[in-house]
Amino acid sequence: MYGWVGQILRVNLTDGTINKEILDRAEAERFIGARGLGTRLFMKEVSPTVDPLSPENKLIFMTGPLTGTAAACGGRYNVICKAPLTGTIAASNSGGAWGPELKFAGYDGVIFEGKAPEPVYLWIQDDEVELRSARDVWGKSVHETTDLLKEVTDEDAKVACIGPAGENLVKFAGILNDYNRAAGRSGVGAVMGAKNLKAVVVRGTSGIKVADPEGFMQVIINARNMMKDHPVTGTGLGLYGTNILINILNQHGGLPVKNFSAAAVFPNAEKISGEYHAEHNLVRNKGCFGCSIGCGRVTSVPGGKFKGFGEGPEYEATWVLGSNLYNDNFEAIAKTNFLCNELGMDPITLGGTIACAMELYEKGYLGRDVAGCDLVWGDAELIVELARKTAFREGFGNLLAEGSYVLAETFGHPELSMTVKKQELPAYDPRALQGIGLNYATSNRGGCHVRGYMTSPEVLGLPEKLDPDTTENKAAWTKIFQDLTAACDSSGTCLFTTFALGLPEIAAEIRCATGIDYTDEQILQAGERIWNLERLFNLQAGFTAQDDTLPPRLLNEPMKGGPHQGQVVRLDVMLKEYYELRGWDQDGVPTPAKLEELGLSPV
Amino acid sequence: MKDWFRSYRDQEGMNNVLTITPEKCTGCRTCELLCSFFHEKEFNPCRSRVSVISWEKEGFSVPMMCLQCSDAACMQVCPVGAVKRDPETGAMLVDHSRCIRCKMCTNACPFGNNTYDVQLDRILKCDLCGGDPQCARFCPSGAISYVKDLAASTRKKKMAASKFKELFREVV
Repeated sequence: MYGWVGQILRVNLTDGTINKEILDRAEAERFIGARGLGTRLFMKEVSPTVDPLSPENKLIFMTGPLTGTAAACGGRYNVICKAPLTGTIAASNSGGAWGPELKFAGYDGVIFEGKAPEPVYLWIQDDEVELRSARDVWGKSVHETTDLLKEVTDEDAKVACIGPAGENLVKFAGILNDYNRAAGRSGVGAVMGAKNLKAVVVRGTSGIKVADPEGFMQVIINARNMMKDHPVTGTGLGLYGTNILINILNQHGGLPVKNFSAAAVFPNAEKISGEYHAEHNLVRNKGCFGCSIGCGRVTSVPGGKFKGFGEGPEYEATWVLGSNLYNDNFEAIAKTNFLCNELGMDPITLGGTIACAMELYEKGYLGRDVAGCDLVWGDAELIVELARKTAFREGFGNLLAEGSYVLAETFGHPELSMTVKKQELPAYDPRALQGIGLNYATSNRGGCHVRGYMTSPEVLGLPEKLDPDTTENKAAWTKIFQDLTAACDSSGTCLFTTFALGLPEIAAEIRCATGIDYTDEQILQAGERIWNLERLFNLQAGFTAQDDTLPPRLLNEPMKGGPHQGQVVRLDVMLKEYYELRGWDQDGVPTPAKLEELGLSPV
Repeated sequence: MKDWFRSYRDQEGMNNVLTITPEKCTGCRTCELLCSFFHEKEFNPCRSRVSVISWEKEGFSVPMMCLQCSDAACMQVCPVGAVKRDPETGAMLVDHSRCIRCKMCTNACPFGNNTYDVQLDRILKCDLCGGDPQCARFCPSGAISYVKDLAASTRKKKMAASKFKELFREVV
């Protein structure tokens, strides 16, 4: 096969059997790969009502047809399962070199089922695949585990593993590969932990072929030139990393502060900005496999109480551990982020949960007696300590490990959990950009910015500037962004390419790699098919239109200051239009006509 | 392959050398992808003539490839005279029809930059892509470049000088 390598690995952890299966080409054509194909395979085999942490849930690692090729930023893979944090479908996306290595070993994906009787890891060395005891690495951090497993397998092997947070079933534990890249959100690491699976170690030495080598080269030369010439992918992200957004969003008045309770303007934003990071703590840039951007930040805090070395923080971590906690100590943010990488958990949900705890404390709903400490905004040392406690479920950390929704509900105030479908919101206050609010509300994995990044047109002006305060046309834009993102994620390339590349470039890459004569529209339609498939899963799992909403604060409490003072998210207007454009009925259920158009079977 | 491979005759490739600037390397391995694709028509880092050696935790990477030594050990050790310099590009080339796959060149290279591929039964060695090395062409960070040998050393000189400048600024 071209693009895809044509083989799937199936590992039954309960009885230890390992099988190699031929990739279903027809399904691969329709669902592309990674997020789309992984979700399709998952839904064929797993009931939507499965308990996420039970052996009946499956865990699928899946690459796309462009993963491991020279396509622009083709270093990605996805992890698919039912999410313990949300109960929705989970598709967590990661970069690094692990995904390409899996394809070099000859596999498009790995399906894990059941539960191992004791901790194991999977060692894939081209054709040879075996389950090995993980007794020696259980309990170890991500970095220690990676070092030790490379030592006993192959120093050039790539390791995806969980840290203590995944073992302790922290509901937002992630899977970390290549030390610091994360399939971070929704708790995919907890599913791995529940299966007693510590790591997947891969070494591959074969190649990936594309159908039209000459055409492919022309396409990627064009794409790479567009990336190089674009101000975001060619300059901004390389220079300051994703943290370049701190000052931009602050100026826009959309940088959430204190659990979204204050005006979305942080007076000390400069001190946590990408510019500050570059000047004080940046060691060098790092790129994922095949990446021309290099937005990764190798970062050092050389001394003091937050001494550490690692990667990040990215914009999301910086915001959620910074302005969202009213913390302007960049070194503390970096340290907490290092801990998240080493212990294996999602900084967004961690920070969102701490923010929720701090607001509960401030309002007097949660006392020192339960928390064991004073949850004061901006206490930098406390934030670092809470991260550690959460990963080990120590004391109050045991409650934080459940995420902000369970936390807020425990104290009788679920409205203070800034979540959609129980997943914490990312770093854009939707009262300052209406479209992202619609995207949050309709995202198939709950609160998320990388399902339809409306910040791009509403704040950055890409591909064109939209008025962030209007709801007009936002439904149409959100739909297109969501569908294109689904296609991009499924191809195995990085979403950041879409700042510079559009549908024609991505479609051309997929076309030349696979040899399938897709039109641009067919690629976008595959994205729509994937979006609807995920929607079907969530509906079957029990979600309804009632869940397509935002925390009441964002709908009812006007923004307290800044350029968007007085705004609330006018979700109902956009949502109605969105359902219509999607071809869904008023209950948010895809109509039979829409499903037929997309070639999906009805609910 | 004709369009994307710009023939070395089209440009001033003579006397150029591949130079590496590891501090610029992001470890993305685009060079490995393009090298293997150019030579073997597949994306396969194991068949690339350039290898990025990474200290992943430290985030430091060094691209390693043949430096086309003037006094080349691979050529000297070859018992059948299969390694010769291309007069046009300066690349040390392996004549595969002569090569007996004794692998002495892989042992003799002080950098480990010649490799033997068991499946292909062939020595893999940088040939400067005939004068337009794809690793340099596609390197997104400028860590690998293909420039006039004089320009390469002048650039290093300037970098060293700028460090002096920084030092002096701190003192003054």
